[in-house]
Amino acid sequence: MALFKTPNIDFIGLRWPALALSVLVIAVGLAVTVVRGSLPLGIDFSGGSLIILKFEQPVGEGAVRGALAMIPEKVIQQYGDIGDNEVLVRLPISGPEEGVSLEAGANDVMAALEGAGLGDFEVIGQELVGPVIGQELQRRGISAFVFAMAGILIYIGLRFRFSFAVGAVVAVAHDIAITLSLLTFLGYELSLNVVAAMLTITGYSVNDSIVVFDRVRENLRGMRRDTFADLVNVSINQTLARTIITSGTTGVAVLALFVFGGEVLEGFAFTMLVGVFSGTYSTIFIAAMIAIVITERKATRVRQANVPVASKNEAISQRPKRRSRKARAS
Amino acid sequence: MQKNLQWKLLSIVAITAIAAWAVYPPGDRIRLGLDLEGGVHMVLRVQTDDALQVETELAAEQLSEQLSLQGLTRVTMIPVDATTIRAEGVAPDQDAEFRRLANERLSATYDREPGAGGVYTFRMRGPIASSLRDEAVRQALETIERRVNELGVSEPIVAPHGIGGNQILVQLPGVTDVARAKELIRSTSLLEFKLVEEGPSPTRELLLQARNGVVPPDMEVITGSPDALGGSTEPLYYLVRRVAAVSGRDLRNARPSLDEFNQPAVSFTFNREGARKMGDLTGQNLGRSLAIVLDEQIRSAPTIQGRISDSGQITGVTQQEAEDLQITLRSGALPASLTYLEERTVGPTLGADSIRAGVAASIAGLIVVALFMLVYYKLAGINAIVAVVLNLLILMACMSYVGAVLTLPGIAGLILTIGIGVDSNVLIFERIKEELRSARSIKTAVGAGFDRVLLTIIDTHVASLISAAFLFQFGSGPIKGFATTLFFGLVANVFTAVFVSRTLFETILSRRRVATLSI
Repeated sequence: MALFKTPNIDFIGLRWPALALSVLVIAVGLAVTVVRGSLPLGIDFSGGSLIILKFEQPVGEGAVRGALAMIPEKVIQQYGDIGDNEVLVRLPISGPEEGVSLEAGANDVMAALEGAGLGDFEVIGQELVGPVIGQELQRRGISAFVFAMAGILIYIGLRFRFSFAVGAVVAVAHDIAITLSLLTFLGYELSLNVVAAMLTITGYSVNDSIVVFDRVRENLRGMRRDTFADLVNVSINQTLARTIITSGTTGVAVLALFVFGGEVLEGFAFTMLVGVFSGTYSTIFIAAMIAIVITERKATRVRQANVPVASKNEAISQRPKRRSRKARAS
Repeated sequence: MQKNLQWKLLSIVAITAIAAWAVYPPGDRIRLGLDLEGGVHMVLRVQTDDALQVETELAAEQLSEQLSLQGLTRVTMIPVDATTIRAEGVAPDQDAEFRRLANERLSATYDREPGAGGVYTFRMRGPIASSLRDEAVRQALETIERRVNELGVSEPIVAPHGIGGNQILVQLPGVTDVARAKELIRSTSLLEFKLVEEGPSPTRELLLQARNGVVPPDMEVITGSPDALGGSTEPLYYLVRRVAAVSGRDLRNARPSLDEFNQPAVSFTFNREGARKMGDLTGQNLGRSLAIVLDEQIRSAPTIQGRISDSGQITGVTQQEAEDLQITLRSGALPASLTYLEERTVGPTLGADSIRAGVAASIAGLIVVALFMLVYYKLAGINAIVAVVLNLLILMACMSYVGAVLTLPGIAGLILTIGIGVDSNVLIFERIKEELRSARSIKTAVGAGFDRVLLTIIDTHVASLISAAFLFQFGSGPIKGFATTLFFGLVANVFTAVFVSRTLFETILSRRRVATLSI
């Protein structure tokens, strides 16, 4: 069974519409962020309290809202399945760090609920995060991304060529931007788990790019007649079946997580889901295109300087001559 | 070639057996993280300024005593903040003498800055301050460790945390009474014995009437907790010496007991040093009151009836307080107060829900992926499924072997590993199909497929390992669990996708003459 016999899709020709789509999605995310005033940081990063309560008897969200009317800036959500009688209450950071104890907000909530006569309840989960920890996690999250990208840039630069490395890393940045955009748009919060998922995507997205680059490298040895762009296009087509099947199977696995993984993993699974598909898309339309642009620009510069460079790993520098030959042939 | 193949098969069977043995039974062999098992995760900050404050106050007090012994009575030593002391009122003719005495006591720890009009400022040296801070954090860590061990939690974690050097991570799996655990960890339990100069008095003003409302620099006003002092509901004010004559550091032991009215109490005994100090203090101050101060609150202030040197009692506590107090007193006082920066509690029901959800998602993911592989790659799909299942088995075995913790994101890592495992197989299978199309024999096509893809697989895995490594750096407990799972999954996958899958192919191809490959 085969999905594609020998696909021959002109991905290079599709690059501008693809780019427009990416820009559109990212712009929407940016717009939402600007309107909101900030990224939707969860309490892991912004600090605050999150309390998950389980009531003995069915309690409506409205009743809980009424009981907590006095508490400012809270968010109340039903948690888990309806029959579980579970409610999530989230509070922003309570005042400056010094002087206000970490559990103050949570204690207020508890006291208010006990006074409201909604029946017995127990706290089944509670997260209290002070601003110090939040800021530290923000810093560590950002540095994890920066170092991971730098590591990948160096590794691909060493194993392939610099233009590929730049392409792969820009593709990763694109995936992060797309994921952030969709998360913001759909109102997901950036929690630790979500950021972990985004870091995982960096690895996954690069996977795809490497498979294509690897094929490009292989084809560079065999197919000497084509332009670099054609060669990349052929390589993308050759690996397309694999690319689509694997992002399909990984996507399905992650979809299982999204459907069955429960409330705690929902954000994580969604991020992975977006990342898996964006990673595949960006491999074709971002990583490969950037590698082409950088390589061709370098080739043009070499031609203009009219200096024949015979470096072993830069065989591409001789490409312009071949291109003219091919033009004649066709 | 045949023999070679047998060895390969044998080693795969052996590894499978070892992995299965390492994982069985999974309930005992796989350690669950707090988010699955339930428990509490806390990050505390040691207020290291407290420790410096103590040092600075002590230094000021000692120099002040020395000065009055030498007749420089007009000089006052004021501890300004945690690291600064100001000396005021140094007369010009006593300047040289003051500097000599100050050098003797302070020059090792403080830098002296001269000021105008008989004022000097002493500032604690940076390296000394930072080593005192480190010491305070280390002591706090040890103290918390001792207290947590008394809680009877299995496998608690008490470890330094973060980059600031003043944070401590405490993880208590399975703890349900979080409030008590927090109190037990946080309570400073600083036990001090201070001579009472004045009091008790119902108000602060009344207490200080004789001194025109001014607290002398070497004294302080503290209140007694009303319950502990019997009957009255209003706090009582005492004027006591600032420096404790004897402290909790001089204790040898503490245990719950009963007081003379059969009420819960905590009895303690002094060590040799403590007994000597207590003997001197009580011997010289017969008839005066001695305040027993716990965490800046006077628990009782009995009159010294005779020389005491061996033991004492803290009264006016509840049964629970007595239990906790003996733990905290025995573990020693914290050198500084603690603030909670982060607290995450997962109840056992929430954890159980997460396990159920994670297992359901994993099984669903595995089934769907397996079905797809069977439909799309037919018999070769079985190869991939064997490789993926073995991958998961080896992954779990590695986790169990290094004692890594399985967290909820870790379960997500398992599912992702399924995806990555299939990815490698698809990469290989597609390549084999391609080689078959260029009309090679089946054997060479399979061989070429694996050979050509090997480097690609290594490259993709190294890139993923790079992000997993930074993920590990970045994360706290659950994320670390995810990074660990991902790491082992990637490493195991190189083995299963390349070596195991290939051996299976070769075995099938060597058994019979295959006309067409079912792929």
